[in-house]
Amino acid sequence: MIKANSLPRLMHRASGRPLSLEEHDQEFGLVDAQTDFLGELRNSGLTGRGGAGFPTYKKVELLSQQRGHGKFVVVNAMEGEPASHKDLALLNANPHLVIDGAEMLAHMIGAKRIAICVSRDNPIVINNVKRALHERTRRSLRGPEIELHTPPWRYVAGEESALVHWLDDNESLPQYRPQRPTILRIGRNAVLVDNAETCANVGLIGRFGASWYRQLGTESSPGSTLVSVTGAVDRAHVIEVALGTPVKAILEVAGADTDPSAILLGGYGGTWLSGDNIRLPFATEYLKEVGASVGAGIIMVLPKRACGIMETYRITKWMANESARQCGPCAFGLPALAEDLQQLVAGGKDRKQSLDRLIHRAAEIDGRGACKHPDGVVRMIRTALQVFDKDLQNHINGAPCVGSRDTKFYATVPRHEREEDLVWE
Amino acid sequence: MGVIRRTGSFVLKVNPILCDGFGHCHELAPELVDIDEWGYPIIKKDPTPFGNVRALQSARYAVRGCPRQALSIERVGDQP
Ligand code: SF4
Ligand code: SF4
Repeated sequence: MIKANSLPRLMHRASGRPLSLEEHDQEFGLVDAQTDFLGELRNSGLTGRGGAGFPTYKKVELLSQQRGHGKFVVVNAMEGEPASHKDLALLNANPHLVIDGAEMLAHMIGAKRIAICVSRDNPIVINNVKRALHERTRRSLRGPEIELHTPPWRYVAGEESALVHWLDDNESLPQYRPQRPTILRIGRNAVLVDNAETCANVGLIGRFGASWYRQLGTESSPGSTLVSVTGAVDRAHVIEVALGTPVKAILEVAGADTDPSAILLGGYGGTWLSGDNIRLPFATEYLKEVGASVGAGIIMVLPKRACGIMETYRITKWMANESARQCGPCAFGLPALAEDLQQLVAGGKDRKQSLDRLIHRAAEIDGRGACKHPDGVVRMIRTALQVFDKDLQNHINGAPCVGSRDTKFYATVPRHEREEDLVWE
Repeated sequence: MGVIRRTGSFVLKVNPILCDGFGHCHELAPELVDIDEWGYPIIKKDPTPFGNVRALQSARYAVRGCPRQALSIERVGDQP
């Protein structure tokens, strides 16, 4: 048994290779099938680790009330965010913990099938999961049937409705859901989608109980979480921290710049915060005050010498290219935002109008897509305009900062694929 | 046109995936639908009372007139 108040929990015994089933049983102990999983989950106060931070218990309860015998549990390890590495790191360290959690969730809602989704660009992780599943079939044939699925990697492919759409119909496109909360379905079967890290947390809660789980973290955000730190770091890190740890401490452990000009929280559809906010504890109840949230645990560190407007432009351009092009406001609006930002960065003649147009367009696009992809980009741009106000004024006055002429960039942006090369199925 | 409800209010909703920006809705219900620079509808967010018969009428025209059947009228707030 792992000590309650020590870290790491999720990344326990993480080394270069995943734990085998025997090692896993030794390290974590066996699951007691008689446990009241649902009750423990409720008391644990676990929130989803995929970005939205919705209480997992509520989702599970909603799904357990659905009828039908063909329910699914979908483990989302798509890792759509280029700045996030946590789900893959987790599957490379403790795949059985994730699968345990998924089995417990399946037990709670009465599902017979589990689908683990890893994008197909990660052959090593796929192999690890395959091996883990193979070890399990050798042990027992009982329990839900577990399958591995490998959708193509796209930013929005990890969005839950897109993922379910892929499983249902082989297209990684988000679906329109006017009512919320929605119950997603494969065919007629209700689906519970949970992030891989959430599943691993469920695996811990089901084993050791809610009071064990609550010994780390804060009252309203219990437990620990995986954080991916990128940007001004020596090398991209995934570290496990208790929720409520000051951001500054996380940056120190990760070996990042601890005097940044800004940080981007929550990924490329997240929130820019100015550098002095790193004293805040990393928990949603504190970050809420400055308009941010823990999200999927992504911290992108921007050093003082970099140009925030430039980075925002690069991210926006890539995000615009990753739009699924189903909805007009997203398909046309995001490239338009990127264009306006480019005018600002390059200091074109109409840069003043570009700024006004940018603000106007951002307000117009907000909330008009079928999924939250455009809203995230708008939020990122809006907070960037606030945080990098000084850089912005310099750009408008025709004296762009040194950073924008630098050739070193901090936000990792994958290769732009041409529109016809984007794979959705 | 069915029964005209006079209690509660409604909003017009568009399914952005279906909508192809023909702009008919803006012509049929100008008081509820604005149009953006790419021709896609921006729909008034605050609910309109069902008592506003004219608005309801044009909302219904828009729902029928949409070539992609992307629009729907949704009841919000107090149920009768
Ligand atoms: S909002 Fe954008 S990413 Fe989302 S479904 Fe519509 S086109 Fe696709
Ligand atoms: S009439 Fe229908 S398809 Fe045309 S813009 Fe309006 S909602 Fe879109």
